[in-house]
Amino acid sequence: MQSSMKQNLWGYLFIGPFIIGFLAFTVIPIFASLYFSFTSYNLFTAPEWIGFDNFTKMFTDDARYLHSLKITFIYVFAGVPLRLAFALFVAMLLNTASRAVGFYRTLYYLPSLIGGSVAVAIMWRNIFGDEGIVNLALSTLGLDPIRWFGDPTAALWMLIFLSVWQFGSSMLIFLAGLKSIPQSYYEAASVDGANFLQKFVKITIPMLSPVILFNAVMQTISAFMTFVPAFIISKGTGGPLDGTLLYSLYLFMQGFEFFHMGYASAMAWVMLIIIGILTSIIFASSRFWVHYESEGGR
Amino acid sequence: MKAKPLKKLIYHIFVGGFAVLLLYPVVWLIVSSFKQSEKIFLTAESLIPKPFTIANYGQGWEGFGDYGFDTYITNTTIYVVLVLIGHLISCSLIAFGFARLKFAGRNFWFAIMIMTLMLPYEVVMIPQYIIFSQLDWLNSYKPLVVPAYFGHPFFIFLLVQFIRTIPRELDEAATIDGSSVFGIYYRIILPLIVPALATTAIFTFYWTWDNLLGPVLYLNSPGKYTVSMALRMFLSNETVSNWGAMFAMSVVSLIPVFVIFFIFQRYVVEGISTSGLKG
Repeated sequence: MQSSMKQNLWGYLFIGPFIIGFLAFTVIPIFASLYFSFTSYNLFTAPEWIGFDNFTKMFTDDARYLHSLKITFIYVFAGVPLRLAFALFVAMLLNTASRAVGFYRTLYYLPSLIGGSVAVAIMWRNIFGDEGIVNLALSTLGLDPIRWFGDPTAALWMLIFLSVWQFGSSMLIFLAGLKSIPQSYYEAASVDGANFLQKFVKITIPMLSPVILFNAVMQTISAFMTFVPAFIISKGTGGPLDGTLLYSLYLFMQGFEFFHMGYASAMAWVMLIIIGILTSIIFASSRFWVHYESEGGR
Repeated sequence: MKAKPLKKLIYHIFVGGFAVLLLYPVVWLIVSSFKQSEKIFLTAESLIPKPFTIANYGQGWEGFGDYGFDTYITNTTIYVVLVLIGHLISCSLIAFGFARLKFAGRNFWFAIMIMTLMLPYEVVMIPQYIIFSQLDWLNSYKPLVVPAYFGHPFFIFLLVQFIRTIPRELDEAATIDGSSVFGIYYRIILPLIVPALATTAIFTFYWTWDNLLGPVLYLNSPGKYTVSMALRMFLSNETVSNWGAMFAMSVVSLIPVFVIFFIFQRYVVEGISTSGLKG
């Protein structure tokens, strides 16, 4: 039997690296960032306290910021539901006894695997180019080609398509969830004469709802922070006409191109608050639609 | 009974066809990298490079300016390996502490760790940059590598969950045999968590290999660039319209990702399905 002193010592010895890293790379930066958000700071001269000016400016005097916020919301609220719907659709397709499922699962996961890379952003830029294969396909279908880099809305949708294309990891999580639904539920429903849609609404969705909640929260947070595709596809400008100026990209530009460190810090805090609110809303709504088996249903 | 093979066929045509449609851009990228640069967009619809050329790979590999692509590959490999070692050592030690040791404040620190999982990088990005600039670490790999030696919440959590499935009787038996706490970590737990360490290693590889924001912030001289940054440099010089070389090096940058995936597929799929790691 070890003394509790000794136990504590061993415990802190093992988790020590985490505590040191947490203090150095998280706690100190968080408080520093909070302080900077109330200052005007360009990295070269000392920060100057300006109270809430950064925050007021954001919402009253920076049209570019409000625009960036707006398109980020469009990106998140169009992209995440589409991505999840797509992921669920494919997961249901693959939830069969077929021996080829493992192979298909790999194929469908591949876009997600490489999705974060610069190579894929470059590829996306080129297939949506004026002479790229997307426009080629559109004209083959008898539709007018779209100038994806000429129109801010089209450019934003190009980014949304890229995020939907990477549905693979959500699909894998859904697939694992689907496999855990007892087959007997569906059999019982079939005996009662339920059709596919009824089974989907009454069995699949409620049984899968905790997994849907998890995916919705994680995907919303990460979508809100999307940086690389917007940065690469617009070549770091957020163009055309700020059409791809996602929040993180504008924050990066404010901080590391204009050296408005105080303003960028304030933007980061607003982002944290928005993500917090979004997550709380999703969780608060969950009691109306998420079904936990262990509670014996609602 | 008779309709079954037909139904199966339709299923495979639909599911397979859909997969082909989704992967078409990637195939197009690979095929285009074997076309002559000036023909890539003239023959965008064709999946057969005519004439077939590997000249793009040679040109891309030479890179531009003073550094070849081999420099970027070497830089990125060293970067990945250093982060990998950091994550494996630190995360396994920390996870062992949380999962197996009883000490005052354990639940508090565990809760803190879970909270840091949710913290957007943007919030700490600027002060971290200032701290590292004060330490004179800019334009070096230190800001990118050193934090890895202090654990990563995702992987700590993954390893904690895994260690909790190992029977405690093993630890107790080892204690009776006179093993120290460190001995239990090193001789009992470490060998048993190899699958979870593999998942940690694979995802560390993916995230580090693809990381762009960190290198963009901290590396300034082209001789230190990673593969991601080199590709970005290709893109900003796109006016020379050497698409072939850019596509070829994009393909090169994806090869390690594909290779690791096909070797360790099982760990990747399980890692995502059970812990929700984003891939």
